[in-house]
Amino acid sequence: MAGRRLAPAALLILFVAAAVTPFSSAVRRVSDAHRSAAAELFASSADGSFGDLESTYEAVRTFQILGVKDKSLTGKVCKFAAEKLASPASSPAKDLFHAVRISGALGCSVDAGVYDGVVARLKAVIKDTNSLLEFYYSVGGLLSIKVQGHNVVLSDAESTFHSIKALSQSDGRWRYDTNSAESSTFAAGIALEALAGVVSLADAEVDPSMIGVVKNDIVKLFDTIKSYDDGTFYFDEKHVDADEYKGPITTSASVVRGVSSFASVVSGKLNIPGEKILGLAKFFLGIGLPGSSKDCFNQIEALSFLENNRVFVPLILSLPSKVLSLTSKDQLKVEVTTVFGSAAPPLKVNLVQVLGSDSKVITSEKKELQYDRENNVHYLDIAPLKIDVGKYSLVFEISLQEVEQETAYATGGTNTESVFITGLIKVDKAEIGISDNDAGTVESVEKLDLLKDSKVSLSANHLQKLRLSFQLTTPLGKTFKPHQVFLKLKHESKVEHLFVDFLGLVEKFYYLSGRYDLELSVGDAVMENSFLRALGHLDLDLPEAPEKAPRPPAQAVDPFSKFGPKAEISHIFRAPEKRPPKELSLAFTGLTLLPFIGFLIGLMRLGVNFKNFPSLPGPAAFASLFHAGIGAVLLLYVLFWVKLDLFTTLKYLGFLGIFLVFVGHRTLSYLSSASAKQKTA
Amino acid sequence: MPSATSDARVLIQSLSRAYAATPTNLKIIDLYVVFAVATALVQVAYMGLVGTFPFNSFLSGVLSCIGTAVLAVCLRIQVNKDNKEFKDLPPERAFADFVLCNLVLHLVIMNFLG
Repeated sequence: MAGRRLAPAALLILFVAAAVTPFSSAVRRVSDAHRSAAAELFASSADGSFGDLESTYEAVRTFQILGVKDKSLTGKVCKFAAEKLASPASSPAKDLFHAVRISGALGCSVDAGVYDGVVARLKAVIKDTNSLLEFYYSVGGLLSIKVQGHNVVLSDAESTFHSIKALSQSDGRWRYDTNSAESSTFAAGIALEALAGVVSLADAEVDPSMIGVVKNDIVKLFDTIKSYDDGTFYFDEKHVDADEYKGPITTSASVVRGVSSFASVVSGKLNIPGEKILGLAKFFLGIGLPGSSKDCFNQIEALSFLENNRVFVPLILSLPSKVLSLTSKDQLKVEVTTVFGSAAPPLKVNLVQVLGSDSKVITSEKKELQYDRENNVHYLDIAPLKIDVGKYSLVFEISLQEVEQETAYATGGTNTESVFITGLIKVDKAEIGISDNDAGTVESVEKLDLLKDSKVSLSANHLQKLRLSFQLTTPLGKTFKPHQVFLKLKHESKVEHLFVDFLGLVEKFYYLSGRYDLELSVGDAVMENSFLRALGHLDLDLPEAPEKAPRPPAQAVDPFSKFGPKAEISHIFRAPEKRPPKELSLAFTGLTLLPFIGFLIGLMRLGVNFKNFPSLPGPAAFASLFHAGIGAVLLLYVLFWVKLDLFTTLKYLGFLGIFLVFVGHRTLSYLSSASAKQKTA
Repeated sequence: MPSATSDARVLIQSLSRAYAATPTNLKIIDLYVVFAVATALVQVAYMGLVGTFPFNSFLSGVLSCIGTAVLAVCLRIQVNKDNKEFKDLPPERAFADFVLCNLVLHLVIMNFLG
């Protein structure tokens, strides 16, 4: 019984979850959930390392941004990085780059002499190389060393700037080196980061016209941005099957890093629309909790660059709760924060429009939400709005209070969020009865109180109709049509019928008469008090089943009985032919031989003799062989019938035939010459 | 009718007298033909009694008899000295043909006998 009561509640939860899920993937700011996800993804192995240098750096940087501190690991990782820095001449620039950055992020203390060696090596790489990645690693390494307090200056910065810039393409993308033909958006990101590093490290100011050209490149790069329908923007490579395809998360993160770094070192604004920055923020937040460590690193680092950058800082509007209950007089609460949840500048949030299902406009009055400074929440009472229970889309507008802030923050104009408004549905005027015909002259009507189980007792036959009616009203007094209404009839033998409407067919009951238990369940996503009630029982008197009526489904659901062995099928062979009795067959075999005996007797009577048999030894031999040959062939035939197969027989026949032809020819030609001689003689 | 039977008797007698004049070798061949056909008839009678069950065997047996009878008739035609058509054909050659054809026939028969 308890199980059946839980069913509609479970149904409701399922329905709400299913309906709300598409909306809950809307952005929420970075929270503790991200911290625990990161801790899980970046689980370190026993010796304190996270794998290779690059993965270690990603782990360290992610923890640094999220503020996760693990002192025990710090020592081990610092040592790991220090090992790499100890011999700069033999390590590639990439390793030095990651090792230096790890030391910077963890605050490891590195000897000045060690860094001198690294600086010299990286500067040598810059002088010799033509590859974008080498530029990036060496410039990045030098910049990190400078940030850690070491004095690094890049002489001849302009030529380095030129070399990096030379690899750019007309659409804002970058090539990896002079030899490769493909350009890549990811490469553009790291190129911009490298250029920003060069500008910081330069001893003299870099030519402003060059900087202007790069600014234009950035604008062109942003023209290649892609978007989803919900206002999310992201970067992806033009060709998905390129060798070094990295995916939209990595590519977008690279561009965000590059553009933010570049914007922070140059004067003047970059000409990028705020909605694209906000779209990028929504993209990264929309990932939710990432699945791989690399995605996690890229998401967190990109968001940290977006949090405070000189282009636009995106502000995110989110609802802490999407289900508002009229019963508990919930207030509509809205949060506007930066991506990491820091406070936004002073602003106002207005509820501009409320749209019902089918985008029907419920109200268009602009209502300002009040601001709760302590919790940094904007709130509004919804009761005065006189909105009934149901699913709605709310359209908000954010406006910054200080006009100059609009060049620094991206708010995205109007934001649309969906909410559920739930409430108690009043159930009354419930009646159940049996009526004789459609006109509804009720024979017996009983009033039901659907707030608790009832024990109604009814009886009916197949000519009558069961009538159940009740009325549902919303808190605001309008009639309510629930999403799910079921009436269940259960027979004593546990045959159940579920009706969504109230017309039952006799045949559907399998012609089973008897006592049926009645249950009613009503449910909806916005109904806070969905219920499942037992109503009582109904005695049905149905006619006898005709022969062809469907039988009720077998109730004994013993799985083994369903799959047990079936009846054995015996193969019926073709009855053998009737054979005659053996004696008869033997008799006739003897009878067949009779004509042969008669033949022999006749031959004797005719006076058959062997006179013509050649007397001379030579011809005689041939003649004998001839007869022997014929005899052999006949013997071969007998053997063929008894056991040999055709091909063996033919083989032997071939030999015997040749022999026989030869011998026969000799014999017969001798005989013919002998008879010719006789004739002439 | 006494004249009919006596006529038949006279006819048979004259035929047998004429037949006695045929050369011995032809008589041998005739005897052989009679023997072959008689064997065939015995087989047909057996089949009539017991049914055609191994039909291939029945056919094989009957056709062997008939075939060899036919070949013997051909031999008789070719060997008969009175036959102008085969004047230049030596009888030994005809006999050789007879033997050869019989051997081939009996190979086929044995294969079909089953």
